[in-house]
Amino acid sequence: MEKQVPDMILSGLEPLVVDKNTGFVNVGERTNVTGSRKFARLILNEEYEEAIAVARQQVEGGAQIIDINMDEGMLDGEKAMVRYLNLIAAEPDIARVPFMIDSSKWEIIEAGLKCVQGKSIVNSISLKEGKEPFVEYAKKIKMYGAAVVVMAFDEKGQADTYDRRIEICKKSYDILVNEIGFPCEDIVFDPNIFPVGTGIDEHNNYAVDFFAATKWIKENLPGAKVSGGLSNVSFSFRGNNIVREAMHSAFLYHGIQNGLDMAIVNPAMLEIYDDIPKDLLEYVEDVLLNRRSDATERLLDFAEGLKGKDGKVKKVATLEWRKEDLQSRVTHALVKGITEFIEDDVEEARQAVNKPIEVIEGYLMNGMNVVGDLFGSGKMFLPQVVKSARVMKKAVAYLLPYIEEEKAASGDVSTNNGTIIMATVKGDVHDIGKNIVGVVLSCNNFEIIDIGVMVPPEKILDAAEKHNADIIGLSGLITPSLDEMVTLASMMQERKMTIPLLIGGATTSRVHTAVKIDPEYDGTVVHVVDASKSVPVASSLLSDDLHDDFIADIKVNYDKVRENHANKHNTKAIMPLETARAGAIQVDWSDFKVEKPSFTGVKVFEDIELSELRKYIDWSPFFKTWDLHGRYPKILEDEVVGEEAKKLFADANKMLDEIIAEGWLTAKAVVGFFPANKKGTDDTELYTSGSRSEVLETLCHIRQQTERLKAESPFMSLADFIAPKGHKDYMGAFCVTAGIGCEEKAKEFEKDHDDYNSIMVKALADRFAEAYAEMMHEKVRKELWGYDSSESLSNQELIREKYRGIRPAPGYPACPEHTEKAKLFRLLNVTDNIGVELTDSFAMFPAASVSGWYFGHPESRYFAVGKIGEDQVADYAERKGMELKDAQRWLNPLRG
Amino acid sequence: MTSNQKIRSILKDRIMVLDGAMGSMLQGYKLKEDDFRGERFKDHHLPLQGNNDLLSITRPDVVQEIHEAYYEAGADFATTNSFSGTTIAQADYELESAVYEINFQSAQCARKAADKYTELTPDQPRFVVGGMGPTNRTASISPDVNDPGMRLVTFDDLRIAYYDQAKGLLDGGADVLMVETVFDTLNCKAAIMAIKELEEDIKTDIPIMVSGTITDASGRTLTGQTVEAFHASVRHGDLLSVGLNCALGANEMYPYINRLSKISSFAISAHPNAGLPNEFGQYDETAAVMAPQVEEFIKNGHVNIIGGCCGTTPDHITAFKKLADQYKPRQAQSLV
Repeated sequence: MEKQVPDMILSGLEPLVVDKNTGFVNVGERTNVTGSRKFARLILNEEYEEAIAVARQQVEGGAQIIDINMDEGMLDGEKAMVRYLNLIAAEPDIARVPFMIDSSKWEIIEAGLKCVQGKSIVNSISLKEGKEPFVEYAKKIKMYGAAVVVMAFDEKGQADTYDRRIEICKKSYDILVNEIGFPCEDIVFDPNIFPVGTGIDEHNNYAVDFFAATKWIKENLPGAKVSGGLSNVSFSFRGNNIVREAMHSAFLYHGIQNGLDMAIVNPAMLEIYDDIPKDLLEYVEDVLLNRRSDATERLLDFAEGLKGKDGKVKKVATLEWRKEDLQSRVTHALVKGITEFIEDDVEEARQAVNKPIEVIEGYLMNGMNVVGDLFGSGKMFLPQVVKSARVMKKAVAYLLPYIEEEKAASGDVSTNNGTIIMATVKGDVHDIGKNIVGVVLSCNNFEIIDIGVMVPPEKILDAAEKHNADIIGLSGLITPSLDEMVTLASMMQERKMTIPLLIGGATTSRVHTAVKIDPEYDGTVVHVVDASKSVPVASSLLSDDLHDDFIADIKVNYDKVRENHANKHNTKAIMPLETARAGAIQVDWSDFKVEKPSFTGVKVFEDIELSELRKYIDWSPFFKTWDLHGRYPKILEDEVVGEEAKKLFADANKMLDEIIAEGWLTAKAVVGFFPANKKGTDDTELYTSGSRSEVLETLCHIRQQTERLKAESPFMSLADFIAPKGHKDYMGAFCVTAGIGCEEKAKEFEKDHDDYNSIMVKALADRFAEAYAEMMHEKVRKELWGYDSSESLSNQELIREKYRGIRPAPGYPACPEHTEKAKLFRLLNVTDNIGVELTDSFAMFPAASVSGWYFGHPESRYFAVGKIGEDQVADYAERKGMELKDAQRWLNPLRG
Repeated sequence: MTSNQKIRSILKDRIMVLDGAMGSMLQGYKLKEDDFRGERFKDHHLPLQGNNDLLSITRPDVVQEIHEAYYEAGADFATTNSFSGTTIAQADYELESAVYEINFQSAQCARKAADKYTELTPDQPRFVVGGMGPTNRTASISPDVNDPGMRLVTFDDLRIAYYDQAKGLLDGGADVLMVETVFDTLNCKAAIMAIKELEEDIKTDIPIMVSGTITDASGRTLTGQTVEAFHASVRHGDLLSVGLNCALGANEMYPYINRLSKISSFAISAHPNAGLPNEFGQYDETAAVMAPQVEEFIKNGHVNIIGGCCGTTPDHITAFKKLADQYKPRQAQSLV
């Protein structure tokens, strides 16, 4: 039985199988310094970004492999090849295709082979310098795991006849397959495409010989493939793209008929064979196929006549969709988020229906259903959906007066999927997530009554009763909000309400919902993970068919969560407080060095330029805000969400430019340093002056108390990072805000039905606040406190916290008790100094604000307190002079 | 018959079983800094706790005991305790000079255990797989977002480091080399090249296993390749087996093993984690939970070699061995 030849399989990030089903393979030619003057210039000038764009255009234009060549006298070819391959390796939309490493120098080829993770093709080796180097290179290529292009070239020269072509190819094949064991399917012959129509008679049969040699190779050398450099064939018609394109297409057509597998082409410059005008095709084929002795003259004459209408790449009309029918246009505008024409289209639709409401129920909802399907199946992402909502809102706003008029005339009441009351709970000011959910739900024809932020539970429930709401949706970001949600659930029970309660927001979780909130209320409580889940959850709850099953599933699910939680809870022991204290981190204070800050007391900073903060922005949380998950900058290249992330990122940067140029936001900061010493085991005393005789404030910390997984791990407390009395230690505190002006700007957008930009400006203000905290911390380390004046870190390193010292924020894992924030506000006189206020739940307003403590000791680090015992709760209450029941309430999330 | 021939002939007959995790077993011994240092490194200037590979030199008794526990559970292969046994990975501890010894002694620990069990059960000969981890550097990704063209390690750095490791493992008695937990195919290609060079130098065929890692639900390696592209990129290694390990539990790994099984002529290996990590970063799927998932791989004829990665224990391997013996192996063309 004849042994079956395996397929040739090349790869970039994705595989490329070259077999009968693949058909002809385009190898992009533009990333070649010898073939493209533009690319050569970009590489020589090290304009790599544009040079990368050339590769991207090739792939987008249909190249299935890209040929990369750096053979240029003025270049260090090895270095350029390595640099370029490494750069495009970081571009997934390019690196998905295999690379063809093209050079006449072996050193450049080998340097290239060391950079590609996929299976590439080497272009090329040949018998030009004899058998020995040919064998050596081929063996190496095999070990690097690449395929190879072999040129029909030997010591006597380049093959230019049929006989020479097959002779050299046969000889090369035998050496590769029989002597080295090179896989035959990975051999690609290049039997030389030479120019035709040159006026020299010997050249007339070049193309014919190439086709014949191709046929012979495919029939006689099992597994071998054939390729060639296409542009060469039309070399004598430079300057006449119409003829060149026609010639290329005709050449490929005949080549493929004879078995040509691939060719190096400019995929953007190929005419479709059937589209070549018949007369032109005839002249061109006469030349290619050497059909008549005067073929070249005839084509030249014809080509002369074509001059002046030099071929241009056809431009795809971007407004093509405007020609489609009304529904298609409306759908297109919604899916693509284009507001430009929506009012015209809606007006046209309004004329076409009986009642204006039918435009919404028909055209617009049809379009939104498409959006919903695409979103549900992961083909659209949140930022796109919010843009769709912007179009929808514009359309509805346009129709509203007509609908009102119609309603007034007929006394009709419109219907929707259900009414949902949305609110951010008492004490919490964060509303980005709530707004996103509101937009997504309203796109799906739920009536959303958004009663804002910091809403007391009575008001939420009153609103629900007043509007006869079908669902209540709560949002919250800070941990005290969790307790507010529990309170609200119990009040719903007291009022004997039955409507479902939805829980969402960054600190909420399925576990918390199941364990703490759900038991308070006999109605249904559902935790909604993100905005995309809000629609299926709300729809199921309000659907007659799905309602019962859905609720039953939730109950079962939450029972299980509670059971697991109870089990887990038993396995993690809480140690006695005394044990935890005995296991504190042992900081050696004997070699303590006094590091006095440049000032003590409080300083206000009002002159920060937002443009300076920009480079400190950590973008990853920004994408998370929009439910796009992944780390920046990798997320921009993510296969699934990358494209949307890029668009969002571009929109964000555009708005950043405007924020900075037009001064939408103002940032301020206040920083203080104080003489400090440890008090007892778990507290810190701050003093009014260097004499340390008068206590300014006492900070109470909480110590880790759960069983350590490793015996040597300490029970951490922030108290341990400050030196005991007798040492001249210091600590600091800060509050920064970038939210001044944010609320007003967001309202402006909302007025214009532009939730997308309203959410955007809030999200960016948050980023600025975090950036300012990062920047200020750096300034503190290097200058204001100055214990690390030599520090030099990149933004990525800052984000990864590679510096000395920490800035834990009250309410976060290392110091999770929120009321300590009041002390920080008193110490820095925050509200008077920079206008940031504290709510009942100790959330800061404006929301785009950050506050925290500065610890400078080299041993200081972030940790999470985790669960604590009742002994510590009581001890804490006593240390802090707080009623036990208040301490229990504030420490509730921590209690075991 | 060489061990290479023996393994290939057994693989035609039945599904072979790889061992489970080393790290979590070591944790059970509650080893201290002194155990890691031993006599050999007692004066080393850096802390060594956590450098598990060193235990092959300083606590060979413990390492061998773990290998024996897996052989006792029914494993055909034990993987040497040499995941970080390259000059590149040991640079963190400034122990580049100990690399040959680490690999040699790691292979010895497994060799001794294998020989002991081969004698106990002559009809089930035991083999030693020399484990070659991915190192802690990647040749395809820049560490600096501002300079995507930068690299912290080159192909040649990796090739040289892997050559040293491979030599130590073979000298110490490994039967097979496994390039495992491959997150960057370029690193893996450097390892394959190193092994091929070693083959030429010692004039012996070395069976190679390659095991990649699909890091998340995107279904790609860390460096972005699909399983098909990954397979195409390592196919030139003329492998004994290709497969996947780590990062995913058995259920999550299943579709990718299925895809590999469809396209590959090599034997297929799978050693998944004991589920996905819980919120404490621990793997907690027990043998009873994992076995029915693993049975899917076996029952549907997708694997030739089955084992466990993070969080798996001898209990898991006992369960896998029992399943492996109940079903026929996948037909791999390269074994015919």
